[in-house]
Amino acid sequence: MPRKPTFTALICLSLALLAGCGDGPWNNPYQDDPEVRNTFYSSFSTRPKHLDPVRAYSSDEYTFIAQVYEPPLQYHYLHRPYRLVPAAAAAMPEVRLFDADGERLPEGAAADAIAYSEYHITLRDDLRYQPHPAFARDAEGEWIYHTLDAEQLADKRSLGDFNERDSRAVTAADYAHQIKRIAFPSLHSPIRGLMSEHILGFEAFTEAVKEAHERQQGEGFFDLRPFPLEGVEVIDERRYSVRLKGHYPQFVYWLAMPFFSPMPWEAEAFYGQPGMKERNITLDWYPVGSGPFMLSENNPNLRMVLERNPHYHHEAYPDTGGAEDRAAGLLDDSGKTLPLIERAVYSLEKESIPRWNKFLQGWYDTSGIGSDSFDQAVTFGGGGEANLTEAMQERDIQLITAVQSSIFYLGFNMLDPVVGGYDEQARQLRRALSIAIDFEEFISIFLNGRGVAAQGPLPPGIFGHREGVQGINRTVYQVTPQGQHRRPIAEARRLLAEAGYPDGRDPQTGKPLILYYDTTATGPDDKARLNWMRKQFDKLGIELVIRASDYNRFREKMRKGTSQIFMWGWNADYPDPENFFFLLYGPNGKAEHGGENAANYASPAFDALFERMKNMPNNDQRQALIDEMMEILHRDAPWSWGFFPKAFSLHHAWYGNVKPNLMANNTLKYKRIDPAPRDEKRRAWNQPILWPILLILVILAVTSLPAIRIYRRRERSSAL
Amino acid sequence: MTAYIIRRILYAIPILIGVNILTFLLFFVLNSPEDMARMHLGEKRVTEGAIASWKAERGYDMPLLYNAGAEGLGKISETIFFEKSLKLFRFEFGSSDSGRDIGHDISQRMWPSLAIAVPVLIIGLAVNITFALLIAFFRATYIDLWSVVLCVVLMSISSLFYIIGGQYLVSKLLHLVPISGYDTGISAIKFLVLPVIIGVIGGIGAGTRWYRTLFLEEINKDYVRTARAKGLSERVVLFRHVLKNAMIPILTGVVVVLPLLFTGSLITESFFGIPGLGSYTIDAINNQDFAIVRAMVFLGSVLYILGLLLTDISYTLVDPRVRLS
Repeated sequence: MPRKPTFTALICLSLALLAGCGDGPWNNPYQDDPEVRNTFYSSFSTRPKHLDPVRAYSSDEYTFIAQVYEPPLQYHYLHRPYRLVPAAAAAMPEVRLFDADGERLPEGAAADAIAYSEYHITLRDDLRYQPHPAFARDAEGEWIYHTLDAEQLADKRSLGDFNERDSRAVTAADYAHQIKRIAFPSLHSPIRGLMSEHILGFEAFTEAVKEAHERQQGEGFFDLRPFPLEGVEVIDERRYSVRLKGHYPQFVYWLAMPFFSPMPWEAEAFYGQPGMKERNITLDWYPVGSGPFMLSENNPNLRMVLERNPHYHHEAYPDTGGAEDRAAGLLDDSGKTLPLIERAVYSLEKESIPRWNKFLQGWYDTSGIGSDSFDQAVTFGGGGEANLTEAMQERDIQLITAVQSSIFYLGFNMLDPVVGGYDEQARQLRRALSIAIDFEEFISIFLNGRGVAAQGPLPPGIFGHREGVQGINRTVYQVTPQGQHRRPIAEARRLLAEAGYPDGRDPQTGKPLILYYDTTATGPDDKARLNWMRKQFDKLGIELVIRASDYNRFREKMRKGTSQIFMWGWNADYPDPENFFFLLYGPNGKAEHGGENAANYASPAFDALFERMKNMPNNDQRQALIDEMMEILHRDAPWSWGFFPKAFSLHHAWYGNVKPNLMANNTLKYKRIDPAPRDEKRRAWNQPILWPILLILVILAVTSLPAIRIYRRRERSSAL
Repeated sequence: MTAYIIRRILYAIPILIGVNILTFLLFFVLNSPEDMARMHLGEKRVTEGAIASWKAERGYDMPLLYNAGAEGLGKISETIFFEKSLKLFRFEFGSSDSGRDIGHDISQRMWPSLAIAVPVLIIGLAVNITFALLIAFFRATYIDLWSVVLCVVLMSISSLFYIIGGQYLVSKLLHLVPISGYDTGISAIKFLVLPVIIGVIGGIGAGTRWYRTLFLEEINKDYVRTARAKGLSERVVLFRHVLKNAMIPILTGVVVVLPLLFTGSLITESFFGIPGLGSYTIDAINNQDFAIVRAMVFLGSVLYILGLLLTDISYTLVDPRVRLS
């Protein structure tokens, strides 16, 4: 007689079925493809807004498009300080300088004498685009998908619905085309304004295409090719040049960013057809690149998948690096063909808890460390060095730390009548506040030690930054035989008294001086930070009033220059001191000029030095100028310098070739995965445990016995 | 009944206009078109010209509600409100501010939301009614007392606790299902088990207690006494008679939420990485995408009104005494 299946057995069976009946872990969130085991798994928390290289500018966007698009240059993966090397270019650009008469100037000519500079770029001869429907042609050589009508588009909802795909060689014209796209106002490139200051004929081109675009009736492909851009010349299939007004040495750094990647006109012709946008088939969603990877799945609400571009040119893993790189095994793969992995799967994880737990289970190869899991992962030794906890070491997890090329600073609005201005009293007030606001304490309390107190605007790793005593801000710190220390609060009080606020009191009212701090920190978690900030001012007897608002209002105050004290940040575009000092350059004042100088600092002496420094190569002369600029900044104290955040990241032992490169975004191609140990660990760490479920069922059964007894008694009992 | 339905649909129009105005005002009190442009264009190196151009292309360069510079009807029609709201009444949601077709996105993202919400509703209903009937059966015993206490305890716990606790226990410690994620087709099941179980458990406290109250109210009525007097067992009395007569308030609660199942659960979708409409809405709010926000609020309002209408109609189906006029 067959046995009646019990409830417990049914539950177990269901769980087994739900787990896919496989012999692998039940909690495997992936559908593993045995053909592609060499896959990198990671997560992202913010969906990229744009994947069109003309618009994308944030790190969450670069995570993807920097792997798909290939600009002419890139940063050497291992070399420090950061060094540009060719990517799609065959060699570094040749820079030609000219005077106002068009005469060639020698390299190193004075900036004043340079009227134009030309960047001549020669491309590799083996560049090809990823397979894409935009390149597909029929037997007669006609484009298959360039003139689709409504009927042909009716069943098309994604790029996968276009079966035919092809590729073609990348040409210099594609790079020139992309520069035109930067100038095309409808595409809203964030660097259009900046490039119009530098590339010759940019504004004229913008006006011409704007007018023509307005004349074009209805939607459809707008072809930029017939419109000439004076500053960009296509010399032949592989060579093009960009002509700049004056000298702008930082231009080479832009050539390493996806803004300057190639864009085939066929892609615009394909995506620009009427009806494509309504079907969400756009270039901003489905990139067309020539980089090492191609985006094979774009579902930013769930998962993004990159796969190796079968047409990627030959590139070898670097064979040069420092001794420490060799010791760390970072040169073991020298000479191997890139990319080293076949596929990368990024899953959307909005919450930190699931993300962290999946990393610990081995489902993600790498992870950041959230503040809620920091103590679980990291301990600090006696010397302040970060170490992994035993639990992490047991899993052979590795820790990588790096000071980021970013700064968070506390700014004083120089237009403000109390904290602003350039007289000695105002300076003393700002210096006193800079001493009182103890950012070392802030880093320790609120950042788990993940930061370095800043001595000026330049982070470590950027030319001009001086380490140790040499780089110290002596208006805030002092050097003693025990080391460098923040100056005592008594000195801050003295400065405050000299500024006209003895004991922090406003002489006009006789009451404590009231200062205003504008912040976007409005959540309950921010309360402790704001209280801490109040206490810093309270050390001097100053009352700090917090003016919390949403980010929109905060930005508005900054634009209008109506804030007094605020905290803001900057993330470097490229490793050049110009990219930080320009945040304090007078003509970049936010209130007056709409620039990035939020403190509205305007020092003629500093501005003059900046103008000289920005066009110089990295040499002793430039360092001397930077030292002078730093001295002015330390004296004027337009910012209390805040801190440089330190990134802590973890990765499993099977994930190799990990070296933080804060400038390069295209580093995925260098990474290595060892799938065998990963599979083994995942199995070991994720064995399903069933006994607690059975125990719960038994407890439920036992506790229901009295109820069953009562039920039976009631059923048997009579009404009266 | 047809006249009643038509009347209710006509009543809905001013409600929807009101909701639309309210959404519009609330959104633009917090976000100006310039803020929206800055949010979409990014933080760095954005010029005033780019902002003006972005606003002009999307029609955000017009006055919000009243165009003093226009002639005649243009004073009303040449405004952001009029331009952006009129098409909603034809269920044309248009494009989001980032250029994507909202209607298509909604049609894609409602399925994951439904994949959680429908099982939670059905299983939750069955479990809650069963528990409530059992408690009603054991009324006035210590089982009743402790069950009510347990229900209050379950009600008092935050849904976030159930989610984090469930993920910790089931996924992290026992390794039975993935902690988070989603997939299509049959592969979605292993991702749905935990959020559905948590959704059901999270609703047991409130649901069971509410249904218990309904059943206890019915139990003291004359027809129940008559049924008992006929010699029917307590089980039959409860499941055949009491349950049937308590269906009206149960239906009220259930039918009204049916259309809202589409709109998804914000917290559950966020923690489990489910790409549903709940996360779609919150992403739009965070990105200051007015086009999506107004579309989702409008859709939510329409569905709520539809839910109320369906509730009224369902009354007539379960209780022949009810007539809609």
